[in-house]
Amino acid sequence: MARKVVADSLGVGIATGLYGVSFGAVATASGLDVWQACALSVLVFTGASQFAFVGVVAAGGAPLAGSLTAVLLGSRNLFYGVTLAPRLRLRGWRRLVHAQVVIDESTAMSLGQGDEADARLAFRLTGWSVFVLWNLMTLAGALAGSAIGDPRTFGLDAAVGAAFLALLWPRLTAAPQRVVAVVGAAVATGLVPLTGAGVPIIAGGAVAVLLGLAPDIFNRDTRDRGKRRQVPGEESP
Amino acid sequence: MIWLAIAVTAVGCYALKLGGLSVPERILRHPATDRIAALIPPALLGALVAVQVLADGRALVLDARVAGLAAAVALLVLRAPFLVVVGGAALVAALVRLL
Repeated sequence: MARKVVADSLGVGIATGLYGVSFGAVATASGLDVWQACALSVLVFTGASQFAFVGVVAAGGAPLAGSLTAVLLGSRNLFYGVTLAPRLRLRGWRRLVHAQVVIDESTAMSLGQGDEADARLAFRLTGWSVFVLWNLMTLAGALAGSAIGDPRTFGLDAAVGAAFLALLWPRLTAAPQRVVAVVGAAVATGLVPLTGAGVPIIAGGAVAVLLGLAPDIFNRDTRDRGKRRQVPGEESP
Repeated sequence: MIWLAIAVTAVGCYALKLGGLSVPERILRHPATDRIAALIPPALLGALVAVQVLADGRALVLDARVAGLAAAVALLVLRAPFLVVVGGAALVAALVRLL
């Protein structure tokens, strides 16, 4: 069923890549220039991390606090890679190149295939079609965003919060995830008046994760079920 | 400083992707790491939503962004696609500011 794999992978690639336009617009409206927005999409290429970086910088946080938040969010790609490695069996330069497209969508599409050859095909096609479109659309969005002027006029500041919520939504599949999301939000909100920008996000996230780990009050399956349940095109890379 | 931070982010995120493909599975597969891995994204994204919508510098404010977020919730409940959620939130916030 290679033809179905191709069609499905390209479909997810196009649907996901298109909303690179929202990243580009938000990035330049947040004060980055077009080159910086495009560099993030080419080099970082994992959507939630890119939005997080831009969100911290836009709030006036230290850019390196943005980096820390982005890398922490990108840690899930480490575990995707571990799961994918035995199916993809990439060696040498191929591993170095294809590592860049280990993201939510390519992982979900690859793990959805029964056959190893299909799994490899789905990973590559999904990953690289997202990569190409995500970057083209980032450029388009960045040019539009930099032409807008004050981002508040078009509600682009509200768009960033909505983007985070849309990324969070499919992960709220079990009680532990819901609890840590609420605790993270509450702790971060409480810290806003007390600390510099960027700190509330990292501290809020850390407190929530520690709370989620410590007791067995949420003694259930905490594995990321959102990953499996994921609807194609619903998440950013 | 922005460029340095972009470089740090890029190196960090790439190292995580490559590391996953390179490290033997048994080293990273522990119940504790599985739990942490499952909890980090919702914890950070929850914090990011709150700060993005409520913070203005060091002040907490309720403004048009809250209306935008409410619109996003409604659209997510209706299972709207990502771009519709983001665009709808921006539109609602912009309209509230016009009033």
